[in-house]
Amino acid sequence: MLRIKPDQKQRVTVTVNGKAVSGYAEPRMLLTDFLRHELGMYGTHVGCEHGVCGACTAIIDGAATRSCLRYAVQCDGLEIQTVEGLADADGTLNTLQKAFNENGALQCGFCTAGILMSSTKFLQENPKPNDDEIRDMLSGHICRCTGYTQIVRAIRQASGQ
Amino acid sequence: MEPVAGIRHVAILRSSHAHARITSIDTSKAEALPGVHGVVTGVDIASVTNPIPSAIRVPIKFYPIAVDKVRYVGEPVAVIAAIDRYVAEDAMELIEIEYESLPPVADPVLALEEGASLLHDDVGSNQVHHRTFKYGDPDAAFASADKIVKLDWRYPRYSSTPMETYGVVANFERQPDRYTIWSNFQGPFILHALMTGALGVPGNRLRLITAPHSGGSFGIKQAMFPYMVLLGACSKLLGCPLKWIEDRLEHLIGSSMAADRADKVEAAFSKDGELLGLRFDNIVNVGAFVRAPEPASVYRMHSASNGCYRVKNIFVENRLVVTNTTPIGLNRGYGGPQFYFALERVIEAGAKELGIDPAEIRRRNFIRADEFPYLAPAGATYDSGDYEAGLDQALDLAAYDDLKAAREKARAEGKLFGIGMAAGIEPSGSNMAYVTLAQTPEERAKAGGRSGGLGTATISVDPSGSVTVKTVSTPAGQGHQTVAAQVVADALGMRPDQIDVITEVDTLTSAWSLASGNYANRFSSVVIGTIAETAEKVAKKIKLIAAENLEVAPEDIELVGGEARVVGVPEQALPIRRVASQTHWHPAGLPEGMEPGLFETTIMNPPMLDAPDDQDRVGSAVTFGYVFDLAAVEIDRTTGEIEIVKYVSVHDVGNVLNGLVVEGQIYGGFAHGIAGALLEEFVYDAGANPQAGTFADYLCITAPEVPEVTVGHFNTPSPHNTLGAKGMGDGSSMLAPTAIANAAADALGTYEIELPLTLNKTWAKANGQEYHRAGATRAKVGEGPREAGAVEGGLTGEGSVELSAPPAVVWEMLLDPDALASVVPGCEKLEQVGEDSFTAEVVIGVAGIKGVYSAAIDLKDKIEPQSVRLVGKASGGLGFGEGEGRVTLEDLGNGKTKLSYSYRANVGGKVAAVGQRMLGTVTKLLIGQFFRGFERRLKSGGDDGGSSGNPGFFRRMFGGGS
Ligand code: FES
Ligand code: FES
Repeated sequence: MLRIKPDQKQRVTVTVNGKAVSGYAEPRMLLTDFLRHELGMYGTHVGCEHGVCGACTAIIDGAATRSCLRYAVQCDGLEIQTVEGLADADGTLNTLQKAFNENGALQCGFCTAGILMSSTKFLQENPKPNDDEIRDMLSGHICRCTGYTQIVRAIRQASGQ
Repeated sequence: MEPVAGIRHVAILRSSHAHARITSIDTSKAEALPGVHGVVTGVDIASVTNPIPSAIRVPIKFYPIAVDKVRYVGEPVAVIAAIDRYVAEDAMELIEIEYESLPPVADPVLALEEGASLLHDDVGSNQVHHRTFKYGDPDAAFASADKIVKLDWRYPRYSSTPMETYGVVANFERQPDRYTIWSNFQGPFILHALMTGALGVPGNRLRLITAPHSGGSFGIKQAMFPYMVLLGACSKLLGCPLKWIEDRLEHLIGSSMAADRADKVEAAFSKDGELLGLRFDNIVNVGAFVRAPEPASVYRMHSASNGCYRVKNIFVENRLVVTNTTPIGLNRGYGGPQFYFALERVIEAGAKELGIDPAEIRRRNFIRADEFPYLAPAGATYDSGDYEAGLDQALDLAAYDDLKAAREKARAEGKLFGIGMAAGIEPSGSNMAYVTLAQTPEERAKAGGRSGGLGTATISVDPSGSVTVKTVSTPAGQGHQTVAAQVVADALGMRPDQIDVITEVDTLTSAWSLASGNYANRFSSVVIGTIAETAEKVAKKIKLIAAENLEVAPEDIELVGGEARVVGVPEQALPIRRVASQTHWHPAGLPEGMEPGLFETTIMNPPMLDAPDDQDRVGSAVTFGYVFDLAAVEIDRTTGEIEIVKYVSVHDVGNVLNGLVVEGQIYGGFAHGIAGALLEEFVYDAGANPQAGTFADYLCITAPEVPEVTVGHFNTPSPHNTLGAKGMGDGSSMLAPTAIANAAADALGTYEIELPLTLNKTWAKANGQEYHRAGATRAKVGEGPREAGAVEGGLTGEGSVELSAPPAVVWEMLLDPDALASVVPGCEKLEQVGEDSFTAEVVIGVAGIKGVYSAAIDLKDKIEPQSVRLVGKASGGLGFGEGEGRVTLEDLGNGKTKLSYSYRANVGGKVAAVGQRMLGTVTKLLIGQFFRGFERRLKSGGDDGGSSGNPGFFRRMFGGGS
């Protein structure tokens, strides 16, 4: 097992949205802090830092993961998808994002990054979900603004139903 | 966000005690840590700031940090600035504070009792405000009543916990001395005046810059202003810009919450259900301080104390109580949920008592559609409405008769099924002066008049013809930009995407006033009207210029499709862009006497927002929306689960400005209401220790828990603003708790309902069992733990192990500090300090938070080699505890001993707030580890590699012969 001194920074290289990037992290640096403050990618939000709210969800090596529960050094060499990778390079929103926009599925938008990432993974695995399944998936996220109804609608619309 | 260079990052050390005197703070070790820039304590802050005042004149010195005494768990005690947050938090653990415990009190009723521990000695009482109000002749109304219904209850403390927490960057600069503070503060900017007062600077030397968007607020971000003062003062003391991002644990104990209340209500009815009079008796738990704008929470609904009804005779008694809990403040529906919990439950109880249908009793008492505008007894002017129409729509959508039939059927099958309703008005666009109801008319007269709720807006059109709207509405996801762009685009004949809306506030460059900000549903009741008026001014000027150029009368010009064109002659037109450009490029060519440029500002005060009169009547708001909610529930007797079978919510929001935004607000408010009804509560135990310090303990509502809701609309346009719109952000957050409570009351056949209706509470009610509210018993410091189970949050346990040595050997090892040190999990040091007294240093981790605790343990009632009692206290950076245990040894023969133990403990501080659910498990785990180590050591004959060089030392020293 790799042993690193507690205050020693380590080079961490990850592939974020298809692009290899690297930065330095102490062993205790959370992945969220690494993404935001080391890599300058502020799309991933932090709502609790203890694994309940889901705002920080990113897709790490194919699994929707709470990035506040990962240390950056644990993710060295892994593939990470964040909300910044959803839209086209020219800013055109993808189907899911468009559906969120059209349905009023975001108000303050703070929870949205995490919900979009979970939903992306969820729709890959369950392309035609019913409302209960959508709500069940959303139970890993806290949104304080919308009351969830319009989020459920948006996800259903994005699934083409 | 790093708006200035050289920022240091701040961590705030917070009190783990609910009530204690600070006897010493040693910051030297923290300051010596590499990377630490400096540490500031309360004494430092008090030397450079003034206490922050409130509308209540009592001798409470409110600083944003504890100075000599801590009054709630979570109160700031020291501020550490460092190179990054990680280092700042490291340093936090190096600060040594000694506290002298004082008796805590979290419960407002206990705090009022004679002999209760005082939070603020100078006040002489925990009651910090008391006023009574009388409108009409309530005594006569009650004397003539056929039926009087009384309820009393507790309303829980909860919060809308925005997903984005507080964030502040503060920079103090010299020459001239100026504070610049960037934050996600949401106003009201009346608090700017309090901040300048606290910092001791004129208004233009405190520049507040708010973010254009904020990640939710719901009122909670009003309460960050003391932190803005704190960071500003620290920046001055430490000589560098500082940044603080509140973490969730801080937010849940140290930001703000809605008040919990201990209220009573009484209603007088005639036999046919006419509501003759009301008496409200409100006890508001404001927390440790009266933080402005409190006591506003109990006065926001005051001037509409009649709710939707024609009742004229009203008596109100308000008392504010300080306790060892987090200070309260704005939260969605501000004061509304508590008010309707009184009014709408007593109406429903009255209906039951009189045998009248609850829908019918409301119908009989509603203000009628032809009575608007309606002057309420306590001074509000209801702008428009048709309450009966809303009721009918709700009954229709709910298929009320079918629902009642379903209830009969369910009951016949032995099920618990209930229907409940709640009707309410939604005051919006607050009069800043309603808070001064907390003062007597004489006090108000002395203080000078206060009134109003100014709306401001600026629209500028630059030389290229681009339109920018500036509004100081600090939105947090309510779609202000969208709606403002739409309204201005309509007025100017342009597309919404051509209009830029700037919502951030900069107090040095924006047109702002005291009422600016995002609260009290201000946007659609006041702000948008101001924007619309400003747009009209711009449109008018464009028309005048175009008319002169096109040689027609200004009335003949219309603004359509980006052009100013002559009505009916579309080819005779000028691009608006050209007209705008002329105001900049060619002012000399403008119509005679016209000012150059295209730049309009409107500052408007809704005229109904006058000062309170000498009868304590005040027009507290501009528009009065209406919500009618109806719920049907079924309660599972076996689990206590409440299933919401049907929920209907009908809204009158005046003219709808944007359907999607309105709908989103309705669903959002509804979810908050359901959360308050069923899930969310900040619980404090009897020691005033908060029990909900994480999102795993404070149960925010998630998608599966939000039931389906059928929403109905009808609109009575408001005459109080240009667009006919009404404020509407609170909605069901005010009424759902009561609608659900009424439905549960109907199902359970009781008026005694306490929110949130958690499984255990509902189960207890459904099965005729008692339910004890946490914190309802008094904490006694120094008396050790209470009886097992008497207090929620108390830790108890017992067990036994079989050990492979006779009692005498076990006894010897139990009293041997070296032996113990080697088997106590995490024990770093264990020393004997006196006759039967030990001290120890132990590292324990609970729920991922690991800390060093210093413990003092005394041995009592020793009977060798049979039993001993251990009494101890422990404290550390993350919390503290006190407890006792008993150990008995029983000889099993064959050289074996049965050791039995039991313990009771109370734990406080962060470790209790964060790790509550884990404490029991962790304790059991540690005990298990202890005895495994113990057994190993016994088997190895006293030497398992630990430092056991001196067996029996303890016994020889002082325990031997007892
Ligand atoms: S920030 Fe990671 S779950 Fe809340
Ligand atoms: S949109 Fe604000 S928290 Fe979800």
